[in-house]
Amino acid sequence: MAGPRTPLKWLETYSTPIALTLILVGVVGLTWASGAAVFAQTVTDTLIRIMLVVGLYIFIGNSGVLAFGHIAFTLIGAYGTAWLTLSVFKKSFALKLPLILAEHQYAVFPSAIAAALLASLVALVVGVPIMRLSGIAAAIASLAVLGMFHTFYNNWSGWTMGAATLPGLPLYVDMWVALGWVAFALFVAFAYQRSRFGLALRATREDEFGARAAGINIARQRLIAFVLSAFFMGLAGVLHAHFLGSIAVKSFWLGLTFTSLAMLIIGGQRSLTGAVTGAVVISGITEVLRQMEGGFTLGGVTLALPLGSQELGIALVMLLVLIFRPAGLTGGRELAFRLGRRRRADA
Amino acid sequence: MSGFLQHVVDAVALGSLYALTALGIGLIFGVMRLINFAHGDFIMVGAFSLVVPSSAATSTLLIGAWPAPLLVAGVCAVVIALALATERLAFRPVRRADPAVLLITSFAVSFFLQHAVIAIHGGRPKSANIWPNLMEPIVIAGVRMPQLQLITIVVTLGLLAALALFLKRTDIGVAMRAASEDFQTARLLGIRANYVIATAFAISGLLAAVVSLLYVAQTSVLSFQMGVPLVLFAFVATVVGGMGSLAGAVLGGFVVGVGSVFFQVVLPAAWRSNRDVWVYALVLLILLFRPAGLIKTKASEEKA
Repeated sequence: MAGPRTPLKWLETYSTPIALTLILVGVVGLTWASGAAVFAQTVTDTLIRIMLVVGLYIFIGNSGVLAFGHIAFTLIGAYGTAWLTLSVFKKSFALKLPLILAEHQYAVFPSAIAAALLASLVALVVGVPIMRLSGIAAAIASLAVLGMFHTFYNNWSGWTMGAATLPGLPLYVDMWVALGWVAFALFVAFAYQRSRFGLALRATREDEFGARAAGINIARQRLIAFVLSAFFMGLAGVLHAHFLGSIAVKSFWLGLTFTSLAMLIIGGQRSLTGAVTGAVVISGITEVLRQMEGGFTLGGVTLALPLGSQELGIALVMLLVLIFRPAGLTGGRELAFRLGRRRRADA
Repeated sequence: MSGFLQHVVDAVALGSLYALTALGIGLIFGVMRLINFAHGDFIMVGAFSLVVPSSAATSTLLIGAWPAPLLVAGVCAVVIALALATERLAFRPVRRADPAVLLITSFAVSFFLQHAVIAIHGGRPKSANIWPNLMEPIVIAGVRMPQLQLITIVVTLGLLAALALFLKRTDIGVAMRAASEDFQTARLLGIRANYVIATAFAISGLLAAVVSLLYVAQTSVLSFQMGVPLVLFAFVATVVGGMGSLAGAVLGGFVVGVGSVFFQVVLPAAWRSNRDVWVYALVLLILLFRPAGLIKTKASEEKA
């Protein structure tokens, strides 16, 4: 497929990530203008979740194969950036790292890239056996990968402080930094899905045997998406780490796996717009329920929802969406706009 | 020698728990292509039914205080009712969806059950001491054997034999096998889908209840996440055994259980806490050479 020829055409072709980015810029801008620190936290948190769901979407959305192990890459990214960016002093008393890591503190930007690349590298290694499996077996095998890294990081005290929280990471991620990375992720994800690799993978999603007959190597196409998606899962871990300033192995486990998958499915796993929508909607619901767990006033009476209501609420919303709108809120459609005169619909 | 026997019994007993769990998952996968992540939470709810629901830190036995036959019947009834309820409320409406959506639905059910238990019982682990005398070893032919492990093995073998008879000899059992072979054709031949699926869930609930009793008798600890490691290993066992094959699920369960104990014994002490890493790695290795699992079935070749 030929690339867009004119700048105008380019804008149209990339209207989905452009529109999504503009909306996010609007939200961040308004939050910044309002100056409310609490909102800024929520917005940053939501942006990190968008990154996570876009990462999942690159693999699951395009391949149609569910994967339960992606949070392993987020874990790897988060600890990867910690090994690079913690100050030499903090490393010296908390961790036992090799000299090249222990005696240097690296700049945050190259560290973010390096940590995400590490996640991609791991995905490449574990992806080779997994991508040969059929859909359901692949989903379970990827869960085994998550179980493997979860157990390993939990016990690898010299590098991760084991089950304890690793504190003291540089806090540089605010909503503008998160926005920048999310915009980058949106454009890359979109460019990938309309590249020949993305189209080949989408063909295997629609008709596996037909795609194979057309000469598509399914395992290879899935592996490409797997590695690319691991990069952004890793980046989400990096953002998470430098937003909170501390990381713990236990926060990258089944809870996060479930919420991130829920966001993707609820938004609509077949489109990038769906991924973003799901992340925004679920973050919104979570935030409201969190406030209500903390107690709220209704007609002069202060009420509080019991602990666990957040998760119960999300599970219920998810079940309802699965039952009544199995294709998700967006139904697999993309947000897009047209510029200039109308042409015939895309062939 | 007795040390070796001890390890063998441990391995087979752990394998039994995984095999029963994998079988519960495999039965439902057979009839409706659902990989039931919530199976671990059936086990968990069965365990929590032993104690009085409250968020107090100390637990009081409820069903757990009943005499043994009533206790077993009570826990089985609770878990079977729960299994049937999830089928009716969550899985039946999405039955026609593809396996991926079914799997996600079961994830949501699991998440829901876990947090419902947190809301009712609080998030802290509780203790539930049932049948403490089973922990005492018995001596057979001069070898000290853990009684509970032997009971676990005997109960598992008994259940496997009963299930095999049920599937081979009863009408509904034959209908279930027909439905796992080819659900559409089975329906055309007059097999009632709802009845078959509900029966599969009931049996799966029964297996979960037995696992929760054996597991709690051994650990005496209740936690809302207690089903998770069991279900993870059982999942892995079904994949290793071959998706859709009941014999494969059982075989896979024993492979994973024996593998765990093997690594526990042979790994140097410093690596032992990483035992599960090796079990998962073993699984990936098996899949590398046998992507369809140890026992190949028609279902394992499903379209992705």
